[in-house]
Order: sequence, then structure tokens, then C-alpha cells
Amino acid sequence: MATLPIALESSGRASPRPVPGWVLGIVPLLVLATIFYYPLFFIVRQSIMGDAGPASLAAYKAMVSSALFHAALVRTIEIAVLSTLGCLLLGFVLALIVSFVPFPGARIVSGFIDTILAFPSFLIALSFTFLYGSAGAFNFVLMDLMSTNEPPIDFVYGMWGVVLAEVTFYTPFVMRPLLAAFSQLDTALIEVASSLGARPMRIVREVILPEAVPALLAGGSLCLLLTLNEFGIVLFIGAKGVITLPMVIYGKAIQEFDYTAGCVAAVINIALSVGLYSLYRFALARGGGGRAVAV
Amino acid sequence: MASEQPSGEPRTGGAAQRRSGIRFESVTVAYGGTVALAEFSLDVEPGEVMALLGPSGSGKTTALRAVAGFVTPTSGRILLGDTDVTHTPPYKRGIGMVVQQYALFPHMRVEQNVAFGLRASKAPAAQIAPRVEECLKLVGMAGYARRYPQELSGGQQQRVAIARALAIQPRVLLLDEPLSALDAQLRSGMLNEIARLHRELPDVTILYVTHDQIEALTLADRIAVMNESRLVDVGSAQALYRQPPSRFTASFVGNANLLPVVVERCDEDRHEARVRLGDRVLAVAAFGAARPGDSRMLCIRPHALALDRVNGSENVIEGTVTEVQWRGSAHRLYVDVGGAEVCADSRPLREPPTRGHRVALHFAAHDATLLAATPGAAGSTWPADSDPGVA
Repeated sequence: MATLPIALESSGRASPRPVPGWVLGIVPLLVLATIFYYPLFFIVRQSIMGDAGPASLAAYKAMVSSALFHAALVRTIEIAVLSTLGCLLLGFVLALIVSFVPFPGARIVSGFIDTILAFPSFLIALSFTFLYGSAGAFNFVLMDLMSTNEPPIDFVYGMWGVVLAEVTFYTPFVMRPLLAAFSQLDTALIEVASSLGARPMRIVREVILPEAVPALLAGGSLCLLLTLNEFGIVLFIGAKGVITLPMVIYGKAIQEFDYTAGCVAAVINIALSVGLYSLYRFALARGGGGRAVAV
Repeated sequence: MASEQPSGEPRTGGAAQRRSGIRFESVTVAYGGTVALAEFSLDVEPGEVMALLGPSGSGKTTALRAVAGFVTPTSGRILLGDTDVTHTPPYKRGIGMVVQQYALFPHMRVEQNVAFGLRASKAPAAQIAPRVEECLKLVGMAGYARRYPQELSGGQQQRVAIARALAIQPRVLLLDEPLSALDAQLRSGMLNEIARLHRELPDVTILYVTHDQIEALTLADRIAVMNESRLVDVGSAQALYRQPPSRFTASFVGNANLLPVVVERCDEDRHEARVRLGDRVLAVAAFGAARPGDSRMLCIRPHALALDRVNGSENVIEGTVTEVQWRGSAHRLYVDVGGAEVCADSRPLREPPTRGHRVALHFAAHDATLLAATPGAAGSTWPADSDPGVA
């Protein structure tokens, strides 16, 4: 063995040494640290140290005990849960129709769903104000029809307006994995179930739905995460009294210049998201995540 | 498999318990401009096993799906017994169905799969468990009730699928290429099991779709041969095999040698015709409506040709051996007879002829059939990989 380096040297064709694994591993870690963990570290440090230090959890105590935070937390979870449920219901029904009810243009509808995924969320909020706002198209027509000066539709500038906008925007996030799951479903299952005497609702409940659970989990969890952190829709709708955690962060850090309080709210929001994400991974692992379709 | 037979007492609220045949009345199914089934008329008697046999795209699966209710005929009617079910939704037809890929519900245990139809038809809960057990015993799967489908082999899954279809005591059982996904050994075993099941459940009318002639010949009381969306011939398996009415049936139900001949004489009293093949005159028992002077195709099965003269084999044709294949249970010879290739399946030979040898092939008049001649129809038709001596 000792002669090998000499032989290689004499031949002048030494093979290149393989790059150690840890070198390959550190590169993505460095990139992540630079663009994600480093800013995150500063947020956490600011929330604990404040502007001048020393380290203290006083800012956390103040935030957690404030009525504003309580209201924002409850409202955030409320909107996220309602929106997610709405997305799951609407997404499931629409995906069923697109997948199993033959109609001309199904492919176009499927393509349109993909397009919505590419839109920024605030566009939906903007279109809602144009359509359903107090000076929106629907109210304009209804006021004319009903001969009244008061806009009959008055839900946009409240929590339900936000929920409806989020359902509209995030439903495709549920539909996409569902459509992928349904495309994998053997239609013979449905046909055999039907021949055995099962009516359409039973087939949906007992044959299709169990097969869709992983996709529903994937899509629903993603929806919950995204709606929990949704900022654009809430801001653009400008709903009165609808304060969510992202709005608290924005208000404290940008409007009140209270960076420490903003960072505290941000850290709590991140913890909530990461906790939910962990639950989502756990649920996928326990509930047949192997069949889940990633978005 | 166990041989226990389910009792005939009605247990479900779903399917009617009377014997019921199937009637297709000029059924046409078209998708846009494409006709999948054209003017299809067929009667399947109650308790009969009818095989729909044909190549891919012949319309046989479309016919089955029309009975199940998954395709709606563009025109014509489908009757189950006396009931017109043409526009009846599938869940109201009381039909059991078994498909090629089993279609067991993957999230349900075997017992839940078998109980599905009973629950769907709202059978009393107390009757479901005994019926499930009974059906699983019938197909020899009683010990697998708690398993999930993915824990079973292909053959076991197909047995469960059959038990599930039988659990609702269907008027009609539709089998859509049920053995195609199984390997050859399993297929042979399942074929015997299905035959046994039908013996034990003689009231169930079975429509069996297959492209496999062996399955059709083994199971079916009658075979409906289909091609290009149409019914070509229908008859008992033996009749279609021994005296095929058409060239397509001759070549699809078993293997066939088809040789162009000219009819010389027809003796109605003796049920025999004389035909000329080259310089030889041959006797044929089944000649249909042929008349002297007509051009016809002479159909002889490969196994009906023998190298030795045996009793009754009054016909002989001569030719040159072009190929000899040993297939274990038989020797297959390819012989050039006046420019047409003839295939003969013989019992294993101690000293088989070699290529270039002249041989005489003997056959009996009752083993030959005259078919309508088709332009350019000289030659023989048989799948190269077919099993000699079987079909």
C-alpha cells in the first residue's frame, strides 16, 4: 500500500479526492443561515433584549397579558380555522365535480385553478371590495333595484369578509392535491361500489373520502398555515375591528415603531406556525402521509 | 376452497332473488362519432354462463358496462328478466360485478369489503355478519376476514372480489376479464374455482367478458363472438369450436387451418360435400348452404390432422414440412400444402419428421367445415404461441 502514492505520483494521474460529506452539507446550511436563521435570530434577540438590553421576558409578559394580543390571537385562529374549513368543504366539492362529473371545459377549469395559485392574495381582497364593498357593483345594482340608499350587502368589512376572501383565494390550495389524488383513484372502485347498490353520497362518503384523506390533510394543513399568517387580505379589506397577529406585528413595528413588541408578536406567531406545522407532519405520518400529495 | 353453499334465503334488501336472464335488444353505444357497440342483440338465459369473446376494441366490455349501467345505450334496450333497465341507475340494478384489477376498497378489511353491498342495500345488521362469513367460506377466504386487501395475493384478492359480488345475491354476475391480472398458474386455478362456483350457484346468470378462448371454452355454456363492435356469432362452445359459422370465429375460438377449396358435389341426404383442394377431392360433413361450383374456405383444426390414418379419417392432404416444434405435450408441425401453410398438432412423436420431409395429413369429414370464402383468404390462422391440444 505504501507504494501507491509513489506509483500515482510517477504516473501523474492521481484521481481527484472526493469532497467530504460535511462540506456538501454546510453549503445549504450557510445559505439558510444567511437568508433565514440570521434575520430570525435578530427578531428573537430583539424580542428578548429590547433596544438596549439586558435580556428579559418583560416584553413577552406585557404582550401576552394585553387585551389586544388576546383578541388578535383568538381572531387569527378563528379566521384561520373557519377559512380552512370553508376551503376544505368548497375544495372537496369542486374537486369532486371537476374529477367525476363529466362536463365540457373541465380541463379549462383545472387550468384556471392553477392560475389562481399564482395570484397575490390581496388581488382577491381588492376584487371583493369592487364587487361586494359598499360602493361595489353588487350593492350598486341592489340599491337601484331596492330603491334604497343603504348598501344591502354589508359583510365585506368584517370578519366574514376576510373569511370569504381567504376561502376564495386558498380553496385552490386544497383542490390541487385533491385533484391529483382523485386522478389516481381507480374508477373501478366507484363503479363496483355503485353496482353493489351504493348511491352517490355513500360512494363519496365511504369510497372517495377515505382515499382523499391524505390530500385533505395536506391541503388543509397548508391552508391553516397560510391563513394563520395571512396579511394582505386583512390589510386590503381593512375590516373594522379585525385585528390578527400579523396585523399586530405590522402595527407595533411599522406604525408605532415599537420593534420589541412587534418582534415578540412575530416570535409568538412563528411558534404557532411551527407548532401547527409539526402537528401537520405528525398527522400526515399517522394518517397515511405516504399517499399525501405535496403542493 | 370450501364447498359450502350459501342458502337460498334472501338476506338483502337489494337484489331480487329470482332467476333472471339478460336481453340486449339492438343496443348501440356511441361516443360522439365513434360506435363502441353496434346493433347488439343477444339473449342470455337465466342461470346461463355467456362468454363475450373478442379481441380488444370488439365492444365486449362496452356491452358488459351497458348491462351494469355505466354506459347508456344510444339506442336499443337492455332487460334484466322482464325489467327494462336501460335507464336504471347502476345502484338499482342488483348486479354483482368483478373486474380485472379486483377493485377492492383498500381502506376496508376483507370482511368490510364483502359487507359493503349488504350495508349499501340496508340489509339488517344481524344478517350481514353471517352472510359475509358464508360468502368468504364459499371462496375459501374465511381465514382472511380481518386482513386488508394489500395483505393478500392477486388470486386471494380476486376471490374476495367474487365473494363481495355474490354477497348481495345478485340476479346477474358480470365478470370483466377477471383472470387477466393473474399469472398462468393462478389463472388456471381460478378458472376451476369459477366453474365450481357456478355449479354451486346455478341460478346466477353470468356474463363473462374475456379475450381468452380457453376461459370462454372452459366456462361458458354459450359464447358470443364479437369483432369490430358487432356480434359475429353466438352458439354453444362446442358448436362454435367444431363447426364455426364464420372465418373470424374459426380463427378466434381455437386455432384453425383455412384452405381455399371449390365445391364439387353436395349430398344433402348423406350430409356430405365433396370439395377440391388442388388435385385432391376431400369429403366435408358441414357445408352449410354451399352449392357445387362455389368457392369456400375449408376449416380444419390443427389437432384434427394426424400423420397416421385412423378410423374415419378418409381425407388426406400432402405437403412438405417447413417447421417442427416440440411443445412438451405435443409436436406442432407446419406443412406447406400447395402454397398454403397448414398447422398440425400431433401427440409427441418418437421420430418427428424434419424440415423438407413430405408428409401426409389425415382428417375425418366430420372434422372439416366449409366457410364462406373471403377475398385473399388463403392460408391458415392460429396464434403462434397457442397451446397445442388445448384449443
